[in-house]
Amino acid sequence: MANALPSHAEGRALVDRNRFKMLDSVGAVALRHLPATLAILGCILLWQLVVWGFAVPTFMAPGPLDVIEAFGENAGVLWSNFLPTLMEAVLGFVFGNVVAVLLAVWFVYSPLAERAFYPIAVIVKSIPIIALAPILVLLVGNGIAPKIIIAGLICFFPTLVNMVQGLKSASPAMLDLMRILSASNSEIFWKVRLPSSLPFLFAALKIAATSSVMGAIVAEWIGSSYGLGALIIEATYNFRSPLLYATVVIAASLAVVLFFAVSFAESKIVRWKPTTDH
Amino acid sequence: MLETLSRPKPVSVDTANGSAVSVTNLHIRFGADDSSFTALSDVSVEIPTGSLVTMLGPSGCGKSTLLRTVADLVHISDGSVSVHGQTPRKAREGRDFAFVFQEATLLPWRNVIDNVRLPLLVGKREAGATYADPEELIALVGLKGREKAMPHELSGGQRQRVAIARALVTRPRILLMDEPFGALDEITRDKLNEELLRLWQETGTTILFVTHSIPEAVFLGQHVLMLAAHPGRVKEFMKVDLPYPRTLSMRDTVEFIRVTAHLRTLLGEC
Repeated sequence: MANALPSHAEGRALVDRNRFKMLDSVGAVALRHLPATLAILGCILLWQLVVWGFAVPTFMAPGPLDVIEAFGENAGVLWSNFLPTLMEAVLGFVFGNVVAVLLAVWFVYSPLAERAFYPIAVIVKSIPIIALAPILVLLVGNGIAPKIIIAGLICFFPTLVNMVQGLKSASPAMLDLMRILSASNSEIFWKVRLPSSLPFLFAALKIAATSSVMGAIVAEWIGSSYGLGALIIEATYNFRSPLLYATVVIAASLAVVLFFAVSFAESKIVRWKPTTDH
Repeated sequence: MLETLSRPKPVSVDTANGSAVSVTNLHIRFGADDSSFTALSDVSVEIPTGSLVTMLGPSGCGKSTLLRTVADLVHISDGSVSVHGQTPRKAREGRDFAFVFQEATLLPWRNVIDNVRLPLLVGKREAGATYADPEELIALVGLKGREKAMPHELSGGQRQRVAIARALVTRPRILLMDEPFGALDEITRDKLNEELLRLWQETGTTILFVTHSIPEAVFLGQHVLMLAAHPGRVKEFMKVDLPYPRTLSMRDTVEFIRVTAHLRTLLGEC
């Protein structure tokens, strides 16, 4: 027993080693992202030098320093327009994906429903979103509803397609196994079909995370007085280019944050790898 | 181990010296009437209780189909199959048999012990039925200590061991195995063959084992059921006169070579 427990000194050594390991991993991460970080900083520097060197007028293309200044000056405006866009994108993401997942489940259990409604889903998908926005404004008014619907629609199709494929991806042998165990349909769904669809679902959710922001912004272009989309239009018409660029940076950051949130959820939920026996 | 697995044998005629599985004039046809394909034609065979029967034949002879028919995965066109005197459906619902596939078919999102437990979590569970202890079964198949491992962390042979443990957890009286070691390398396969024999002798489970390897069929089988193809039919049902426990070195004995040579000739005629 005595030699199974580490002594005090050994315990210290263990802690130190772990600390070093942690430092190592932080260092490794920094080192891995160093080239990308340097490249991005280099591009920004080049951009500033070009703006200075060719004396580009600020309304045409503001330099990075102008943009940073715009962030400071318009912090309040940016924040108050960021919140509605965030809400539209997130609600659109949730509604679009929930409807897509439920529809996919229905399609998998009812081939008739799939044959009947899949073409409609494709037709809805083929209507350009930008053309759909005015139609929706006429239909449901100029509030938050058309924005959520458009953000949701843009998420809907990739998730529907992937989820149908994912739910059908359970191997025939697995389904035979469940049949031999006399499993009920709901047991087969919860224990086999749904888990095997998760990698497919997350692939679609990662696409949806970024496109939901795009959907919300495009919807705001059509007659809206708030949101990042409206701010983009307003800044453009008033030649407030630094504000325009700042808005674009915020919109892009929002999409990136949502993308990483979904990736994080995936890494916590899908902790297995597919096994192939051949 | 023995206590975990040996199932209280119900007192009935079929256990005394009868058949675990009896197949009578079985016909299996797939597809519509005009374009139907006959997989099995007039197959009759009796699988004695407690025996280990290997099924051999050229591809397309319907050996997997026969196994899947016993397992209630294939619709019977004509004739009958009885499993301990019941229809395959009743036998399936009563957990009378378990099935081991060529692929381990583990659920990749469940760890080893949760995969072994799966049969206890789904389907109809008979009231008062006693099941084997998953942990003891994992030890029995040589994976003690790997209970929490995920399937992708195991080798192909280890995954198949888990699949066997999962099959045994309901204490089936019959084990149906469809080329279970077909995808494994020869060394792993030999080892698992020896362990399967040990398991069979300890538990007294009836085993129906499909393979496409003549040496494997002879090494394992008390009886070898040889099927011929187009349409699938019984070619020969022969006894293998080699004593148990069998060892790998028996594959060099005269009797083993005689039987494999005979089967090879038969396979040529199929």
